[in-house]
Amino acid sequence: MTLELAVFYGFAAVLVLASLLMITVRNPVHAALSLVAAFFAAAVLWVLLEAEFLGIVLVLVYVGAVMVLFLFVVMTLDLNVSQLREGFVRYLPIGGLVALVMGAGMIWVLTRETVFERTTPLRAGADYNNTLAIGQVLYTEYVYPFEIAAVILLVAVIAAITLTLDPRRRRTSKSIDPAEAVKVRAKDRIKMVDLRQK
Amino acid sequence: MPELPLLLEILLKIGMVVSPLLLAVAYATYAERKVIGYIQVRIGPNRVGPRGWLQPIADAVKLLTKEIILPRQANRYLFLLAPVLALVPALAVWAVIPFSDGWVIADINAALLYVLALSSLGVYGIILAGWASNSKYALLGAMRSAAQMVSYEIAMGFALVGVLMAAGSLHLGQIVSAQQGGIWHWYWLPLLPLFVVYFIAGVAETNRAPFDVPEGESEIVAGFHVEYSGMAFALFFLAEYANMILIAALTALLFLGGWLSPFEGLLPEAAFALPVIGWLLGPGIHWLLLKTAFFLFVFFWLRATFPRYRYDQLMRLGWKVLIPVTLVWIVVIGLAIGFNLGPWFS
Repeated sequence: MTLELAVFYGFAAVLVLASLLMITVRNPVHAALSLVAAFFAAAVLWVLLEAEFLGIVLVLVYVGAVMVLFLFVVMTLDLNVSQLREGFVRYLPIGGLVALVMGAGMIWVLTRETVFERTTPLRAGADYNNTLAIGQVLYTEYVYPFEIAAVILLVAVIAAITLTLDPRRRRTSKSIDPAEAVKVRAKDRIKMVDLRQK
Repeated sequence: MPELPLLLEILLKIGMVVSPLLLAVAYATYAERKVIGYIQVRIGPNRVGPRGWLQPIADAVKLLTKEIILPRQANRYLFLLAPVLALVPALAVWAVIPFSDGWVIADINAALLYVLALSSLGVYGIILAGWASNSKYALLGAMRSAAQMVSYEIAMGFALVGVLMAAGSLHLGQIVSAQQGGIWHWYWLPLLPLFVVYFIAGVAETNRAPFDVPEGESEIVAGFHVEYSGMAFALFFLAEYANMILIAALTALLFLGGWLSPFEGLLPEAAFALPVIGWLLGPGIHWLLLKTAFFLFVFFWLRATFPRYRYDQLMRLGWKVLIPVTLVWIVVIGLAIGFNLGPWFS
């Protein structure tokens, strides 16, 4: 067994195990951490496929930013786990149906021989720069979809900021406006009273 | 396994980077205590060994022999896993740091992205430590830390965008060689605002004073590591100092020409041909170490000089000052590159 194969089986096992744990563990923090482990293992598999740019970006965006905030929310929420489990029997039929459809879809796609023939990865040389390759395709051939995606994200950012604004109150936090604070003079705050006997 | 010699070679290289790094971490703690001591008109540690030189060793022995106390109802596995998760990314980043031309364990093209990705993982150790401790102070510290690290990562990322635009590469070796041509060609001058923002964000990312609200001892005792003792506690410090050295080394590589010599272009060519002096004056690992040591000193200097930021001030600085500065300067660099502004972008 070559080293590459050993690394692949090791991290593939981690990926499968972490995915299973994510949907089976009771504690939501543990579930979020299993998802982190799954992302990390997937990133390693991508790097093995010589897609190092995508692998690193997966770690940077999903593990480094998205999951941190996710974990943050899960930790601060007071989740009642037993309540979450109540609907299990009720949702079983529809869940089973979705699982069946997805399973059938995967079997149908994976058993067609053409898929594997088409996706045998080509070995690139050590000097092949796939960051450069992705950049070139992204900014030439796919420049419009790329820019549209960016605009959609911008709209989402603006929408998220608008949601946090409370129209009833001008300021929603106790933070001090530094522009106001520097304008304060001593006579605004202190009243001098003459206490000497006259 | 046919790759066995390769594996051994990689392991040897890792040993060659990690063991000096751990020694540097130990003596960084000693240097910090001495520097802050002299700034505060004290002597600092001077009891163990001549002039206190063996102090870090004594500290390490003491921490190794102390008991690791598990708080009641703490989450046992995560509590013990957290310090490891803090340390591993701090050491793994060093895989792509070049020490001189070609002196690097993993010479990868997307090195800068790898550094950013791995340093964003360090926050897990802190969040998990805070959560698994089952302590109010620890959780508060962890939450402060998570918010702070996620915020400053953005400013840091934007500062790096400026560097990679200027160098046209994510490869650390190529970024250094793009700065060739003497002290005025290094990126600290054309990217001055980004250089300052990067270093400030770096100080905040490593949770060092004046950005040490996650462990603000006057408010929340010791923050996320309040329940830790013994070696588990030491691992957090190991991670923090390894990250400090990393930020110092990266600042030197990205903005101060890394291993390039400041005398390049100033002295005549003949000076570099001299037997020993020429080697010292020319580019080499000693310049990188010197620059790294300088930034490490700045870390200590900041800690001894500034009081801690208030939490809202810290967030305001990150979001409303540092990020706008980087955004404006990225546009400026774009224009400079577009108009081939010399001597950097011509």
